[in-house]
Amino acid sequence: MTTPILEIRNLHARIEDREILKGVNLIIPPGEVHAVMGRNGSGKSTLSYVLAGKEDYEITEGEVLLDGENLLDMDPSERAAAGLFLAFQYPIEIPGVATMTFLKAAMNAQRKARGEGELSTPDFMRAVKTAGTDLHIDTEMLKRPLNVGFSGGEKKRAEVLQMALLQPKMCILDETDSGLDIDALQVVSKGVNALRAANRSMLVITHYQRLLNHIVPDVVHVFSDGRIVESGDKDLALQLEAKGYADFDGAAA
Amino acid sequence: MADYDDIPTLKENIDRATVDSVLALDVDKYKYGFETAIESDMAPKGLSEDTVRFISAKKNEPQWMLDWRLEAYRRWLTMTEPTWAKVHYPKLDLQDMYFYAAPKSSPAPKSLDEVDPALIAMYDKLGVPLREREILAGVERPNVAVDAVMDSVSVVTTFREELSKVGIIFCSISEAIREYPELVQKYLASVVPVSDNYYATLNSAVFTDGSFVYIPKGVRCPMELSTYFRINEKKTGQFERTLIIAEADSYVSYLEGCTAPMRDENQLHAAVVELVALENAEIKYSTVQNWYPGDKDGKGGIYNFVTKRGDCRGDNSKISWTQVETGSAITWKYPSCILRGDGSRGEFYSIAISNGYQQVDSGTKMIHLGKNTSSRIIAKGIAAGFSDNTYRGQVSAHAKAKGARNFTQCDSLLIGDKCGAHTVPYIESRNGTAVFEHEATTSKISDDQMFYCQQRGLSEEEAVALIVNGFVRDVLQHLPMEFMVETQKLISISLEGSVG
Ligand SMILES: Nc1ncnc2c1ncn2[C@@H]1O[C@H](COP(=O)(O)OP(=O)(O)OP(=O)(O)O)[C@@H](O)[C@H]1O
Ligand SMILES: [Mg+2]
Repeated sequence: MTTPILEIRNLHARIEDREILKGVNLIIPPGEVHAVMGRNGSGKSTLSYVLAGKEDYEITEGEVLLDGENLLDMDPSERAAAGLFLAFQYPIEIPGVATMTFLKAAMNAQRKARGEGELSTPDFMRAVKTAGTDLHIDTEMLKRPLNVGFSGGEKKRAEVLQMALLQPKMCILDETDSGLDIDALQVVSKGVNALRAANRSMLVITHYQRLLNHIVPDVVHVFSDGRIVESGDKDLALQLEAKGYADFDGAAA
Repeated sequence: MADYDDIPTLKENIDRATVDSVLALDVDKYKYGFETAIESDMAPKGLSEDTVRFISAKKNEPQWMLDWRLEAYRRWLTMTEPTWAKVHYPKLDLQDMYFYAAPKSSPAPKSLDEVDPALIAMYDKLGVPLREREILAGVERPNVAVDAVMDSVSVVTTFREELSKVGIIFCSISEAIREYPELVQKYLASVVPVSDNYYATLNSAVFTDGSFVYIPKGVRCPMELSTYFRINEKKTGQFERTLIIAEADSYVSYLEGCTAPMRDENQLHAAVVELVALENAEIKYSTVQNWYPGDKDGKGGIYNFVTKRGDCRGDNSKISWTQVETGSAITWKYPSCILRGDGSRGEFYSIAISNGYQQVDSGTKMIHLGKNTSSRIIAKGIAAGFSDNTYRGQVSAHAKAKGARNFTQCDSLLIGDKCGAHTVPYIESRNGTAVFEHEATTSKISDDQMFYCQQRGLSEEEAVALIVNGFVRDVLQHLPMEFMVETQKLISISLEGSVG
C-alpha cells in the first residue's frame, strides 16, 4: 500500500487540564479529500491546530505521520516546509505587512527550508497573478496589510491564495466556506478543486453539506467530543444535514 | 480586472535581504566588530586646555577657532551633566579618554590612491560605497557622495568636483574652517549655541571632524550626500560637528551612517549637528545608527549623547529628520526643529530599536515660532530583551505662532515581557489657534501572529523581522532607498535572540 499523506493514530491532546482530543484515528491516502463535520466545540479546530503545531496544547498520547514522517517532532515552520498547510478558521491580521510581501516571504522561507533557490521576482509575480486571477482577488487587496480590514470572505480567499501558492501536500481547510457569499463559494471551491492532485490530500472541516456539492469528498467523517465517531461516503453528509448530530452522540460516549 | 504589473517589487527584494541577514546571524553576532590595524596619531589622554590646543594645532586651525574652542572649554568647566533622561550609566571618566585619534596615513589624501588600503578594505566590509568608479558606474547604487570619517579625520571626500560645478561645497568641517571661514563663522553655533547643553559645549571645545555642506541659492543637490562615521581607536570619544546650510530655494538630502567595532569599555560619542534652511529651502537628514550596543550582559557599548537641531530660518522652509537607532548602549538624542519662518515645516520620523540591556531616550522637539508653521512626528519604538525605550517629545507654540499645527504619533512594540516602553510628551501652547494632535499606542507581537507566520513556513526570527518591518513601515518609507535596505537588515540583526 502507498504511504498515506496523513496518518493520525490515537491522538489525545489537552489544554491545561481539559482533554479535547480523545483518541483521533484518521488515514488520508494520497489524492483523497476527506471532510470532517461536527458540532460546535467538538474539537475540529483543535485538531487542525495540533496538527499545525500550535504551542498551547499538550499531546498526551498518539502519533501523527505526514507522508511517513513523524509530524509531532517538527516545529510549526518545519511542518509547513514539509507540506502541511492550514487555512485558518479565523485568519490572523499582520499590520503593516503587505499581503504581497508576506506571500513572497512565506514562499521563499519554505523553498529555503527545502534547499531550493529563491524565487525570482518575475516568477513570483507570475504565480501570484495566475492564482489571484483564478480566485478573483484584486491587486489592490494584495498591497494592503495581510488580513487587516479584509472582509470575512476576503480573508478566506486570501487563505486559499496562500494555499495555491505554497502548493502543500496536505491541506487542512477549517471552515473556509463560512462567511462566503454564494458566488465566492463557487470561486473558492473552484480554486480548491484546481488544487486536487494525485499527490495532494485535503481535510475539509465544514458545517455545511452545500460546500461538499462543490468540493466532492472521497470520505466524510463525523467528529464528536474529540474523536471521529462515524465515517462514510459523501451521502453521510446528506444524512447529517437531514437528521442532525443526535444519532451520533451515543457513539461518542 | 486586476493589473498585477504595477505592484512595486522593491519591498519584496528588501524582505529577502532581511531574511538573509537573519540567517547570517549565527555566524557573526555583531558583524562590524572588527578592528582595523592602522597606526594612530593620538592626543595625550584626558581633557585640559592643552588637549584643546593640541586638537586645534593638529588641524592647523586659525586663531579665531582656537579662541572659540577655549571659550567653550571654559564654559564647559562650569557645567554639570544633565540627569533628566531615563538612562542610567556609570559616571564617565573624561580624564581617562583620548580626545583625538587620527589615522596615520598621509594627512590629506588628494585621491583614493593615496588612502591607506586597510581603510578602503574596512569601508568595503562596511559596504560604504567609497570607490568612485563603482558609484559612477551607477549599476546598483544611486549616486551618493561619501565623506568618510574614521575616528577624527575626514579620510576622503568623493564627488567634490562634480558638486563644485553647481557651487555646492561638501567637505570636512576642518577644511571648511580653513577654506570658508566667513561661512563657518556666520553659521557655526547659530542653531546650537555653545552653551546649549553639557555635551554640546564639550563638543564645541574638542570637536575633531565632521561634514560641512553648503548649497547655494536655487540649487537642487543632484545626489544624496553621505557621511559614514566609525569609531575605531580604543577609548576615544568622538565629537563630530556637522553644519549644513541650504540657501533660499535649495534642496539637499544628507545621509549619516555609523558603525563602531566591538569594545569592552564604553566610548563616548557627543556630536553636534546644525542645519539651517533659508527661504523655501528643504533639508532632509537621515541617520542610521548601529554602534556597538554592548554584549549580551550589558557590558561595553557606545554612549551616544547627541545634539541635533535644524533651524527653519526662512519662510516656507522645511527640515525633515529621519532616524533609525539600533545601536549604542545608551542613546540620548532629540533631533529638533525650530520653525521660525512663516509657513515652515518640521518632520521627525524615527525608528528606535532596543534589545539586550540597551537604554534609549530619544525623541524630538518642534518649536513653533512662525505663523502657520506645521510639524509632524512619527516615532516607532521597539523594545526587546531587558531594554528600556523612551520617547520624549516636546511640541510648543509661541504666542506669535498663529495657526501652528502638529500631529504626533508614537507607537511602541514590545517583544517579551522584561523590556519597557515609555512615552513622555510635553505639549505647550501659548496661543489659542494652535492645533496639536497626539496619538500613542503600545502593542505586543501576539502568539497568534507568530504561529500564523510559522504555519506559513517562517522561522521565529523571520516572523519577528517581518512583523517589526511591518510595524515601522510608515517610517521606512521616508528613508532614502539605500538606507531602507540597510535598515531592514539592521532590524533583524538587532532583534536577534529576542524570541524563544
Ligand atoms: N485555549 C483554550 N482554553 C480552554 N478551552 C479551549 C481553548 N481552546 C479551545 N478550547 C475548547 O475546546 C473545545 C473545542 O474547540 P474547537 O475550537 O476545537 O471546536 P470546533 O469543533 O472547531 O468548534 P466550531 O465548530 O465552533 O469551530 C471547545 O469547548 C473550546 O471552548
Ligand atoms: Mg472550529
